[in-house]
Amino acid sequence: MNRSKRYLLLTAFGAALVGGLGVQAVAQDVPTIDPKPSVVVRPIESHIGNTVGHSESAKSDYKRYCAGCHGTYGDGNGENAVWIEPKPRDFTIATFKCRSTPTGTLPTDEDLYNTLVRGITNSNMPAWNTFTKQQRADLVAYIKIFSPRWDKEKPGQPIQIPAEPPVTMDSIAHGKALFTKLECWKCHGPHGEGDGPSAATLTDSKDQPIRPYNFALAKDDSRFKCGVTNRDIYRIFMTGVDGTPMPSFADVIQPNDAWDLVHFLRTLQVHRHGKETEVLSTAHGVIPPYVDKNPPPANPAPAENKAPGGGQE
Amino acid sequence: MRTKKTLFVFSTLLMSSSLMFAGSVTGKVTYTGTPAKQKPIDMSKEPSCAKQHATPITGENVVTGANNSLENVVVYVSAGANDDGKVPSQAVTYDQKGCQYVPHVLPMHTNQELKISNSDQTSHNIHPLAKVNQEWNKSQPPGTPPITQKYEKEEFIPVKCNIHPWMHGYFVVLKTNHYDVSKSGGEFKLPDLPPGKYTLTAWHEDYGTQTADVTITGAESKDVNFTFKAKAY
Repeated sequence: MNRSKRYLLLTAFGAALVGGLGVQAVAQDVPTIDPKPSVVVRPIESHIGNTVGHSESAKSDYKRYCAGCHGTYGDGNGENAVWIEPKPRDFTIATFKCRSTPTGTLPTDEDLYNTLVRGITNSNMPAWNTFTKQQRADLVAYIKIFSPRWDKEKPGQPIQIPAEPPVTMDSIAHGKALFTKLECWKCHGPHGEGDGPSAATLTDSKDQPIRPYNFALAKDDSRFKCGVTNRDIYRIFMTGVDGTPMPSFADVIQPNDAWDLVHFLRTLQVHRHGKETEVLSTAHGVIPPYVDKNPPPANPAPAENKAPGGGQE
Repeated sequence: MRTKKTLFVFSTLLMSSSLMFAGSVTGKVTYTGTPAKQKPIDMSKEPSCAKQHATPITGENVVTGANNSLENVVVYVSAGANDDGKVPSQAVTYDQKGCQYVPHVLPMHTNQELKISNSDQTSHNIHPLAKVNQEWNKSQPPGTPPITQKYEKEEFIPVKCNIHPWMHGYFVVLKTNHYDVSKSGGEFKLPDLPPGKYTLTAWHEDYGTQTADVTITGAESKDVNFTFKAKAY
């Protein structure tokens, strides 16, 4: 760009002036004015139900509402970015936190749309509920212009979530055993308070410190980063939160076991009223040790892998 | 591990058996100056790993040996190899053992199968921080089967485990099978190079890259050495 501009200038001067020798000296003295290229808005579509979003239509909305943090070039380096933790998403690498698709794959248009609707809890991303559905769909299309991955790859196949089984003490107890065995407590803490032994060392993929979710702070209207419902919790730990330390557990938790973990996680939200806390309070807050009726071949975790105080009592 | 490597070398030899007069490059990687002292790692928060090490281990960013030799340097043919796309059918393997990555630096061909296993009695999460390829992050509790992945594009990918912040390694995805990692003593060997002009690149995670040109004319062995300037911090 720079070079071609200079070339143009040279040609212009060459045409204007006849004295060939003086030309070069003059051209070299011309300062470069604006080195930043403008953004090329490729026509890209998004599909949210029956609504079709168009990248070109979101130009002014992006500039007005998004560029301040996410940057004109979508690289997460907007002028507010230095003041924000966690950092605004960098659209140029197309890694997204909230997905229904497996870790490492592109999210669906609905996933991106839902993030716009809901915002991201514990971050500066607000819920954009002042926009019309069309505006949001256009913005979903717009953020795809920043990464070539959207041209080459399709979104991942959304994970299958079976119907939720009833909340029982058995289910909660099994969930607790999983929480211990899978070492969720290493970051989230034995009581889900975000104070596990590794919590203080966590950094995201941009090397910025990041905190694990504190379940105990949740109130009735609290949201997770990627949703509010039990299905959302299921989806969060199965697909992982890409770009953060939260990994995907899809390869290591069976679908029905995952629901047990969801039920246990809800009991960590001690200030929230729900089916899970009801079941727990009928049992006077005591979760019995989980007894596996069909134990798999033994592969016992050593004693030191038990969560301090939060493990199986 | 060793048998796999032998198998790999053997099959590479088979694949290139048509190259009757293949040459090779051998050499040594050394450093000048004083490298930063590697700090001992405190694994007290993970007793199952700590007890696997008689004395506390140090970070592996810079591993040096006698006579200023430098280990964990990837030496590969960066131009002239023409074996891009000849993906070996064997997988490369990466293990988590004693809360360390074994090997610390793992080169592979683009699209080659990569098998990641966990030999520890603790959960790890494997989080390769890819930028050109796609970033993913998976949990691997003890006793779970290996995770199989591949990378499509050339990239030097730092790998970390968020649960154990000292764990750190590298996936080196290359468009060639002509590579080696400098061993103890800084030695490396690139066998089976057909006659031709090559550019070799040596890469070290802290000290950067160096290149050297080499011409192979027949069944000869050329000596190429690399010297990195150590960083004191």
